[in-house]
Amino acid sequence: MKANMSPVKNPMPSQDPIERGKNFKEVALGYTKEIAMDEATRCLGCKAMPCVKGCPVNINIPAFIAKVAEGEFEDAYSIIAESSSLPAVCGRVCPQETQCEGLCVRGKKGDPVGIGRLERFVADYHNDNFKGEVVKPETNGIKVAVIGAGPAGLTCAGDLAKAGYDVTVFEALHVAGGVLVYGIPEFRLPKTIVGREIEGLKALGVKIQTNMIVGRSITIDELFDDGYKAVFIGSGAGLPNFMKIPGENLKGVYSANEFLTRVNLMKAYKEGADTPIKNSRRVAVVGGGNVAMDAARCALRLGAEEVYIVYRRSENELPARAEEIEHAKEEGIIFKTLTNPVSIGGDENGFVNSMKCVSMELGEPDESGRRRPKVIEGSEHDIPVDCVVMAIGTSPNPLIKNTTKGLDTNKWGCIVANEDGLTSREGVYAGGDAVTGAATVILAMGAGKTAAAAIDRYIKGE
Amino acid sequence: MYKILEKRELNPTVALMVIEAPAVARKAEPGQFIILRTDEDGERIPLTIADFDREKGTVTIIFQIVGSTTEKLGHLNVGDELVDFAGPLGNPTETEGLRKVAVVGGGVGCAIAYPIAKKLHEQGSIVHSVVGFRNKDLVILEKDFEVCSDVMKKMSDDGSWGEKGLVTNALEELIKSGEEYDEVITIGPVIMMKFVSELTRKYGIKTIVSMNPVMIDGTGMCGGCRLTVGGETKFACVDGPDFDGHLVDFDEAMVRSAMYKPFERAKHEETCKLFRNA
Repeated sequence: MKANMSPVKNPMPSQDPIERGKNFKEVALGYTKEIAMDEATRCLGCKAMPCVKGCPVNINIPAFIAKVAEGEFEDAYSIIAESSSLPAVCGRVCPQETQCEGLCVRGKKGDPVGIGRLERFVADYHNDNFKGEVVKPETNGIKVAVIGAGPAGLTCAGDLAKAGYDVTVFEALHVAGGVLVYGIPEFRLPKTIVGREIEGLKALGVKIQTNMIVGRSITIDELFDDGYKAVFIGSGAGLPNFMKIPGENLKGVYSANEFLTRVNLMKAYKEGADTPIKNSRRVAVVGGGNVAMDAARCALRLGAEEVYIVYRRSENELPARAEEIEHAKEEGIIFKTLTNPVSIGGDENGFVNSMKCVSMELGEPDESGRRRPKVIEGSEHDIPVDCVVMAIGTSPNPLIKNTTKGLDTNKWGCIVANEDGLTSREGVYAGGDAVTGAATVILAMGAGKTAAAAIDRYIKGE
Repeated sequence: MYKILEKRELNPTVALMVIEAPAVARKAEPGQFIILRTDEDGERIPLTIADFDREKGTVTIIFQIVGSTTEKLGHLNVGDELVDFAGPLGNPTETEGLRKVAVVGGGVGCAIAYPIAKKLHEQGSIVHSVVGFRNKDLVILEKDFEVCSDVMKKMSDDGSWGEKGLVTNALEELIKSGEEYDEVITIGPVIMMKFVSELTRKYGIKTIVSMNPVMIDGTGMCGGCRLTVGGETKFACVDGPDFDGHLVDFDEAMVRSAMYKPFERAKHEETCKLFRNA
């Protein structure tokens, strides 16, 4: 087939920005068959496959794209499924521009191939059209425990189940999904999609016990006593960080976790929901990552008139996915970059009414290679707001560390694990944000996958 | 699903329920709490563990009907099931090494104070209970406290039960009469815990309070339950719920706990209406 040499990626059909700012329905609508097949012909099928090196779970990208170009969508799905347990999720939330697409040859002159959009298309096509039965692998009867039903845990559980293990996932919340259900909003990742992926894992034989807080309801040592031969910790980095500035405990100041949990997990955006959320007119979200974008766009959809992203570095350093920044801007989110809060002010009833900020400029590069922001003298100014959301990162929850003897953690409280995910305890593996600190869904999935393979080797005594 | 095995009304707005929850019962200790949801669309609410039976696999909760969720809970009966019942959460109350303790409970907070008094009594500590209610109709756990207390002071705002006065009046009397406590443990309305802590500060007695702020997940994830303790931000769910009463910023805690009051009131009325029309 002759390659399509258009330098431009097929645009993603999306909801109108003004309209979508008022609803929680999915923003990106997905490629049609025709668009997908056209986009697939932009792939040169290079032998060196640079894109695969950029994928944390090593999907055979050129092979699946070739199948899309031929219109063999189920075959394309089978190729992706060899490497990824949650393709409908990854197609939506991976930072493709810094991974597969960032290395695509087509990106040197024009846009890279829309790999993420094609992955999403294939996964959605399969979910909508596949009528066959999932073949449940034959079980070897060996019990493995997975802690946390987020991206790392679910991936690890899926791979172990495929290898025949009797896998039980212990989840602290009342539903499985982790950040996919409490954090990432409906308009970016519909919960029915997460639900379907989880049903797929259950069909493979994975058992999920919700309301089980490992470290409280049961400890890792008790899991071994109960006959589990290995444990994977994918408990994430759930503890929200605050700036430690005056006024942070005023009413109307939320951690992004609380704000997003109320909205996404507890459905506070729906009329008649039991869980409340403050009605706000002017919302400042502090931070520049995907979580900050999610919180800002939720605030807008809840009816706020003005929503700001307040970020201390410049726009070039925003860590969020390019698409999220673009979408946020289209929807009217106001970016106050090179701005840093110093205190939050409140009214006589203890509600937030302003945030004092300073302006910043970029100085010399710091150890992360990014230019260090410095305060501009005399630049203090007040922003009138009635809600502040702190989206400045999270740290691992200390519960498991504190209740598991011999489990080493570093100075940030992250679990220490080697390249296989093995911790300082025999038979205990870990991966995802619990090890790296707050990172991405796909990196957590990659870690879950690596650990599943290592657990298999460990149990087989290899 | 978590089945309701027993239900008793302790007073017109406070009920006791025994819930089948073996995983929680296996690890529960006095001072810890659970998070429950009554139905699939329900909110998560924290309730303290009032008692547990490891062998039977049951956990007892005592709750006051104050909002929509507790209203719904109050309408459930023996044989009904709760969709979620997660725990135990929070750190257990530390009782080790305590020889003589004053346990001060107010209102429905007595449901939390009681298992602590019971544990202290069972480990051989001397327990002086100071228990207060607005009036005699609201009294709960009277017999239970009597069984595990070496001294029991009963107080009511209007004098209809025990003596007329506040728990702080009775506690100060005990202290003045020469009773020496290793610790005071107090659980009740925030304002009561604040005044108990102010009193004991005067006498230099270590005081533990049990905080019950607004909470969603109860596992350290949301940070909604944060409090200022000794100038530092603490999460009640993972750092508490017990804190040194002499370090807690009670005024801030009171303001924060009122955050959703108007919403809760409206929601409660709405739920009541639903039950009336049903």
